[in-house]
Amino acid sequence: MLSIKNLHAGISEKEILKGFSLEVKKGEVHAIMGPNGSGKSTLANVLAGREDYEVTEGKVIFTPPFGGRGGLNLLAMSPEDRAREGLFLAFQYPVEIPGVSNINFLKTALNEIRAYKKMPPIDAKDFLKLIKEKQALVELQGTLANRSVNEGFSGGEKKRNEIFQMAVLEPALCILDETDSGLDIDALRIVANGVNKLRSKERAFVVITHYQRLLDYIIPDFVHVMYDGRIVKSGPKELALELEKKGYDWVKEKLAVGS
Amino acid sequence: MIASIENKKTIPIQLEGEFQTLLSTTFSSEPEWLKEKRKEAFEKFSDAGIPTRKNEEYKYTDVRKVFSGKFTAIHNEAHKIKFPSPMGEGLWVRLIFINGWLYKDSTLSAKLPKGVIIGNLATDGLLNHSDLLKKYLSSDGDSLAQLNSALWTDGAFVYIPENIQLETPIEIIHISTGEKEILASPRHLIIAENNSFVNIIENNISLDLNSRGIVNSHADIFVGENSKAQYYRLQNDCKNVSLISSTNVVQEKNSHFDTITITLGSEWIRNNLSIALNGESCETHLNGLFITNGTDHIDNHTSIHHNKPNCQSNQLYKGILDGKSTGVFNGKIFVERDAQKTNAYQSSKNILLSDDSAINTKPQLEIYADDVKCSHGSTTGQLNEEALFYLRSRGLSVDSARNLLLYAFANDVLSTIKIESLKNYLEELVNSRLSPTLSKG
Repeated sequence: MLSIKNLHAGISEKEILKGFSLEVKKGEVHAIMGPNGSGKSTLANVLAGREDYEVTEGKVIFTPPFGGRGGLNLLAMSPEDRAREGLFLAFQYPVEIPGVSNINFLKTALNEIRAYKKMPPIDAKDFLKLIKEKQALVELQGTLANRSVNEGFSGGEKKRNEIFQMAVLEPALCILDETDSGLDIDALRIVANGVNKLRSKERAFVVITHYQRLLDYIIPDFVHVMYDGRIVKSGPKELALELEKKGYDWVKEKLAVGS
Repeated sequence: MIASIENKKTIPIQLEGEFQTLLSTTFSSEPEWLKEKRKEAFEKFSDAGIPTRKNEEYKYTDVRKVFSGKFTAIHNEAHKIKFPSPMGEGLWVRLIFINGWLYKDSTLSAKLPKGVIIGNLATDGLLNHSDLLKKYLSSDGDSLAQLNSALWTDGAFVYIPENIQLETPIEIIHISTGEKEILASPRHLIIAENNSFVNIIENNISLDLNSRGIVNSHADIFVGENSKAQYYRLQNDCKNVSLISSTNVVQEKNSHFDTITITLGSEWIRNNLSIALNGESCETHLNGLFITNGTDHIDNHTSIHHNKPNCQSNQLYKGILDGKSTGVFNGKIFVERDAQKTNAYQSSKNILLSDDSAINTKPQLEIYADDVKCSHGSTTGQLNEEALFYLRSRGLSVDSARNLLLYAFANDVLSTIKIESLKNYLEELVNSRLSPTLSKG
């Protein structure tokens, strides 16, 4: 579904991604772990289409599972088109948007995605049903759903809101950018639970995380270690545990030694 | 034509003559005291002249340009006109004025509580309650307000006696017609005696998109002890009708006054809003929203006088400016020595959507008491980039995202409207103004 080849990108003249490559097939859950400064957030933002970042080299091909579309040149697409084709980024620091109702914005988003796919807008009653159903998935109270986007939400509530939106919009490729940061164990469990309920054969996840803990709940198929702007080691889920035991320095040492 | 010589105070040439004509025709049957008042006002106007840019209060607003055309104060309309139905069809009382004259088919509901007077100033007021006019018709204001005091033809006269709560909204509609350029001078007097409640909507519209002219409007509002008054002003007139609106409010002890000004039309508007808090523990809220484009110019000047202790005033003015439009916000707060424990807040927030739009905002605080809480804040900028990106990352187009954010910005003010049908009407209007195609879903 996602093919990243030799991606080089940076911001303000500084190169952060230095030849990042990754292949993600539908149905798979890939975890990307790395120390601070390895470029994890840059990766997420470049994939979502944030204009501050400049891509200097590389290709990203996104092949949505449905619609008969071939591989799409993701880097040439606007942020909204990427979303409409089925890419979703759960932000690390979701912004607060006072005055814009959570429900209203989601309905608009859903309808724009449907319009893009030449489908009619969703019926008001069906939408309400959908909202109720998805709210339960992340235990998001009715009151929160009715408020302004993320306004006054706690850290945990903001992250749950991201997963709630993911559930409503039903994307094909979900990128979770340090979704576990700032969460206590209970919030973590609820968020992970929501994500797990969304796993399917047609959907793929890229879970970016600093700590192994999240991966106890969202069990990955592949773990990649990111360092200095690229993947330096890949392995099965056990790699995450090894990393936790030995720390990131272990990886740095291995690289230095060249083994 | 204005004979203008540098630094000399001038008034449009035809006005002196027209004023004399009016005194001997339209105003000839008025009581002497009123004619005297008019003469005094005209003199004050002549002495001060039409404000120039050298006048601090009009630094950013070119009034001369507005008065430089060929307009006339002599007109007498009795049009047969069809106009759009009110928002609260059947539930409201409507007073309709055309070019400052009463339209005889105004709906004056018969079922009003005893003692309530909703009528027009020139007949109901002047003939039957001249004592009230003598008492409450103010002579204050700058030269443009004086011009209205000299030339006013008619307007609303609303009197709510003590202890009466009139829930029914009163809509005062002023319609401009514009076959020739007219200077209309509507004048309104609203009196809410002690312990009363009144809510009023003043609506400036034109029927013909090609109407031209100047509307120089003035309202005096008295809010008695323990009374509550809500005053909504809708300014959605057509492009070429310039509007000057002077509103003079006096509040007595424990009273509550709310006003919301929504400006969506007209290419040139100057709003002067002055509040005198003459009793303890008053509360006053002044909110404004303006959405401008093209070469629109909107100038909101407010002035709140905290003359007694324990009063609270709150101002929130929000603007969305596009094209080459310009805005001005000047909020003055005066806190007299006696006015301890004053709380005065002022906020001016603006979004500039184009490189050529501009806003000048200036707070002015003169504080003579020492136990007060006053704050003022102003922000001017573009839309929040983070928020825009967030919305786009969920599939919204740039336009949809932009409009959603602009609507949220405007809604801060719209949500303070307490009349449900008016709020719904304005939400729709603002929505369609921000984007013709975006619907609220």
